[in-house]
Amino acid sequence: MNNNILHVSNGSCIKVADIPVLSYDCFRATTLELMSDKARHCVSYFGYSSAEAIRLMMCIADDAAHDILVFACDVENGARLASAAADCLALERYEREIHENWGLEFEGHPWYKPVRDFMPGKYKFFEMEGEELHEVGVGPVHAGVIEPGHFRFICNGEDVLHLEIQLGWQHRGVESLMLKKKRLIERVLLAEGIAGDTSVSHSTAFASVWESLCGFKPGKEVLWARTLAAELERMANHTGDLGAICGDVAYQLGAAVFGRLRTPIVNFSQRWCGNRLGKGNVRPAYAPYAFTEELRQQLLSDLSAYERDFLEMSDKIQHFPSVLSRLDRTGIVSTEQAESIGAVGMAAKCAGVCRDTRASHPYGVYASLGVQPVVKESGDVLARTELRIDEVKQSLAIVRALLAQMPSFGASECVNIPSAGCPASGSFAIALTEGWRGEICHCAVTGADGELVAYKVKDPSFHNWMALALAVRGNEISDFPICNKSFNLSYCGHDL
Amino acid sequence: MTSLILILISALFFNGIIGRVKSISAGRKGPGIMQPIKDVIRLFRKGSVYSEVSGPVFKAAPAFYLASVIVAILCVPFGSKAGLISFSGDFVFFAYALALGKLFCIIGALDTGSSIEGMGAAREATYSMLAEPAFFLIMGSLALMTGHSSFQSIFAALHPVGPMSWALTAIAMYIFLVLAMVENSRMPVDDPKTHLELTMIHEVMVLDNSGIDLGLIFVTGYLKFAMYAALIANLFIGSIPVGFGIPVFLAVQAVCAVIIGLNESFTARFRMNHNPQFIFTLACIALLAVFGVMLMSGQLV
Repeated sequence: MNNNILHVSNGSCIKVADIPVLSYDCFRATTLELMSDKARHCVSYFGYSSAEAIRLMMCIADDAAHDILVFACDVENGARLASAAADCLALERYEREIHENWGLEFEGHPWYKPVRDFMPGKYKFFEMEGEELHEVGVGPVHAGVIEPGHFRFICNGEDVLHLEIQLGWQHRGVESLMLKKKRLIERVLLAEGIAGDTSVSHSTAFASVWESLCGFKPGKEVLWARTLAAELERMANHTGDLGAICGDVAYQLGAAVFGRLRTPIVNFSQRWCGNRLGKGNVRPAYAPYAFTEELRQQLLSDLSAYERDFLEMSDKIQHFPSVLSRLDRTGIVSTEQAESIGAVGMAAKCAGVCRDTRASHPYGVYASLGVQPVVKESGDVLARTELRIDEVKQSLAIVRALLAQMPSFGASECVNIPSAGCPASGSFAIALTEGWRGEICHCAVTGADGELVAYKVKDPSFHNWMALALAVRGNEISDFPICNKSFNLSYCGHDL
Repeated sequence: MTSLILILISALFFNGIIGRVKSISAGRKGPGIMQPIKDVIRLFRKGSVYSEVSGPVFKAAPAFYLASVIVAILCVPFGSKAGLISFSGDFVFFAYALALGKLFCIIGALDTGSSIEGMGAAREATYSMLAEPAFFLIMGSLALMTGHSSFQSIFAALHPVGPMSWALTAIAMYIFLVLAMVENSRMPVDDPKTHLELTMIHEVMVLDNSGIDLGLIFVTGYLKFAMYAALIANLFIGSIPVGFGIPVFLAVQAVCAVIIGLNESFTARFRMNHNPQFIFTLACIALLAVFGVMLMSGQLV
């Protein structure tokens, strides 16, 4: 049955008519068969309405073969289907999302919990009976300037037995706005705002989807600039997170040093494109901000100053007993857990699951860079800290390699903004990028008139929140903040 | 009376010095040395907000907490000059006056019915309970060595005893300093800075307090620090004239604040389940002191 399935590569566009449409039983069986191989994971599974029916689209990435398998299924409105998540846990959140958006019922689903559509008072949280147990509810309003999310702990004294995470407060309707807003600039701005701290990677995914829909091949300098911006974003966020991890264990020196080190990186972004978070730096079809020789010299000198302090401080926290005692063996996610929930990015790489789009489905100029993913085995907070340190070192090397092969940007003032053209009709495009949290997937489907009929975004946080819930089980409740910070997941990226 | 005035003066600066040390060592400009006092003045100008479910206990708790610490401070002597309250066995009264204040703070927290505050109260009660033996053992060993049983007479008689008294002074200094950190819920046991309701101890217990109530709790915290540092100062000034005693007293206060500030700057906080072990080591060290004194004075063998 596998012969039916379409193999596409990252950032490519195909005709919707070429996508095999299976019956639901066959669709479910194919999915389960494909997902049983550990080299494959589901990158997107979504529904959209097409001609009186709902089309379910399944995209499964094959990391070994470096391609993405796409197949579809048409089901009636309000159909009752056998849940695939009952046999493959990684699909459970996708099915809940489809249920919420399209009203399809998945029979046998392990836990029909709302994904975003949460009504306080109506939904009954998971409960446990016991004389000694108590519940602690935290949020959605938190102490500190962070995003809203509700965390409900069931504890035995100081030990956490269960954590339930309820999100949805940040739901802005990004996907439906993508269809409603007709101007390209509005759509790019939307993509940048999916998760503000990952704006480069999200807008790169959007640009890639749009360019492939239009059949446009961006120039080398455009891809080069996007790759550089993405690596700077990774460095800045990882550095900021290391500072925040130190802050959570009350290690003031680390918090102060890493907090300071993030600034030169984001300030360089400001100097380059006028925004500290890299907003405005990625646009479909062209690179809006030329990278000049002057910027190159500036970045090289910033990096050498950064590297010296970063190496000293990261070496210190990796060998400082009072910090290590907080990080080591705290919040463990096992390899089996990470695989079963379909974790991606940092959450997966720290638990020994090698999932890095830069290596498995290279885009931009990553293919020529040959990125070797950093993988840690222990799955604890220390692993996530060390992963960040190692990835920053890796990004430093990547950025230096990029600077050594800087392409020419031509005239810095673009009078005529190049256009990618118009999207082809009846097409499907998919793009994966590796944001600093992990794999980002954008999918778009166009109708007969070339207008978007579906746009689907998947942020790495979509899966990884489950990893956090599993990580804190059996830990002390007072270690929750450090576990949370070590994942640093996005609320708005999940809520869309 | 001297000790009361000096403790009040030190309390004005104690937390400010800690804050300055922390900000200087982090390379920040940081708040001024009087910022804690300005915070309290600001809080005193504000009204309090009470939740619908909390009752009179919650409202009374901060006042009791402050009163208990003031009563305890009255027991603290200035070297050979007795405090306003001084009698044989006054250090027991001192410890339980403090415990009474803590009791009110805990039942005040429980009165709010918040699961988070209940958690904080449980932690605070546990750590105070674990810290209590250390205080009594070290005071007991001092009493055993000097043969006296009130703060004033113990400190007055401490130094002529011999080299053993200096060894005991060193141990007592360490224990009082760590007790001050534990009782004030500072690093490495608790971190007042992170503002994470799940990890805090003292801060989470007073989460519902606001305005004047919160101001009273802050003032109590400042006084407690100065009070423990005054006990440490007393280990040195028992046998010297008052004129020299005052600068020594103030210097000890400043040094204690700097040590606490440096400790908070350059170490991470303990994992919660390491705290009991850490606090128990205090009691163990104090027990060593007791045995040491007994051996030296021939009461053991």
